[in-house]
Amino acid sequence: MKKLVVLGAGLAGTMAVNRLRPHLDPAEWDITIVDQDETHIYQPGLLFIPFGMYHSADVIRARRDFIPSGVRFVLAPIEQVDTARQRVVLSTGVELEYDYLIIATGTSPRPEQTAGLLGDAWRDSIHDFYTLEGAMALAHRMESFEGGRVVVDVMELPFKCPVAPLEFVFLMDWWLQERGLRDRSEIVYTTPLSGAFTKPVSSRRLGHLLDDKKIGLETDFYTERVDADRGVVVSYDEREVPYDLLVTIPVNMGADFVARSGLGDELNHIPVDKATFAMEEHPNVFAVGDAAEIGTSKAGSVAHFASEVFTANFLRGIRGLAPLETFDGHANCFIESGFGKAMLIDFNYTTEPLPGKFPLPGIGPFTLLEESEMNHWGKLMFRWTYWNVLLRGKDLPLPSRMLLAGKESA
Amino acid sequence: MSTTQIAGREVHVDDEGFMTDPAEWTEDLAPTLAKQVGIDELTPDHWLVIRYLRTDFAAEGETATLRRISSNAGVTTKRLFELFPQKPGKKMAYVSGLPKPKGCI
Repeated sequence: MKKLVVLGAGLAGTMAVNRLRPHLDPAEWDITIVDQDETHIYQPGLLFIPFGMYHSADVIRARRDFIPSGVRFVLAPIEQVDTARQRVVLSTGVELEYDYLIIATGTSPRPEQTAGLLGDAWRDSIHDFYTLEGAMALAHRMESFEGGRVVVDVMELPFKCPVAPLEFVFLMDWWLQERGLRDRSEIVYTTPLSGAFTKPVSSRRLGHLLDDKKIGLETDFYTERVDADRGVVVSYDEREVPYDLLVTIPVNMGADFVARSGLGDELNHIPVDKATFAMEEHPNVFAVGDAAEIGTSKAGSVAHFASEVFTANFLRGIRGLAPLETFDGHANCFIESGFGKAMLIDFNYTTEPLPGKFPLPGIGPFTLLEESEMNHWGKLMFRWTYWNVLLRGKDLPLPSRMLLAGKESA
Repeated sequence: MSTTQIAGREVHVDDEGFMTDPAEWTEDLAPTLAKQVGIDELTPDHWLVIRYLRTDFAAEGETATLRRISSNAGVTTKRLFELFPQKPGKKMAYVSGLPKPKGCI
């Protein structure tokens, strides 16, 4: 009996077992998936919670409901992976033997990595929205917000869902206007990058959005610490940005057991091959989704497109066949821009986001790199697609590789 | 994409003057590139960072982040800001003939 162990029952891990189980003979393959808790969170929906557009019930489901029959679900924190003995050690002391190991434990915000974040002001005047608790605390705080200086601070790269902070400032602009608070408020976006948009075409096409919406921009801003007593964020080059309400995108790091097992980079992300998703030094250990470091955006759409390439190549690999294709870094994201509109971007490692039309059989086309109401409906519809198509390991009516059809040259 | 002369050599650069072909870079170009971003002299600490960036890029295909450099090359973030004032991410990449740090859009 061969043993396949999957760590993490989020999007990437759940997709992997749903895609692999039908192809692995139950008489020959034992499959186990491990997670530390029971609740699957629809992470793209967290963005909407502070603005009252979604509530917690809209984004949570039981992990077990998405684990196919024939896959054992184990509920326990992970202590360590012992690659020499091919075992996963759980915090309960239980050890799981594996022949093949898939690590899909994602990446998560680590406010403790930045001095001054986790003080008395945390979840009072300082917030995050990438966790359910954080998004709900911010929603609660915003109910009594009477205007002021809102600062959205990206603290480190990479972080997951890289467009969400921009969506957040656009939605904040809309939300403040709806409440009649925009005139007595300022919105400032700080980024360690040299601009809100750094790819030439996006920068040219979308660069005006922040100006149009009167959103301040502080670039090359690398946060050293937050001084909550004075209400300022301080950068390494000693610039200070004052705030009344600080919304942080804390440093993102992979799971701690990755570091304890000596498998990750400086942020506990696991470098893997772009075709097989295997580690170079451990060919039977794979990393998928946000846990993996493959030089692309950490996002659900990337995890989805990558999972098609990963499962096809995994099934070839166990039969001794060489991988067929390499993941092209395909990502496809709706960017909510406020006032019932959104933009759509579609790109990969070599092709930056381009304007034009995005064809989708039966529904589309959507407009690329430009605001439209249709894109907003696409974004809202995506939640249904996530629970019913993506997580179940079914294919979208889209190829995993990026297509140039409909795109314009610039 | 255009070309320019750096230290008497023709190299490919983008609109912002970043070299676009890491293979065209050699160590003798670094002092000239450094002067263009306001760094008059490259100290041993500068070279430690530049050589780490080049080696890491050759292995990973990406320009290392400040955090990666401080974790792996032992130069603190604060020190990186002293060595490459104001915009260390951009300046280190520029001097080392590597792409500047980018977001996805």
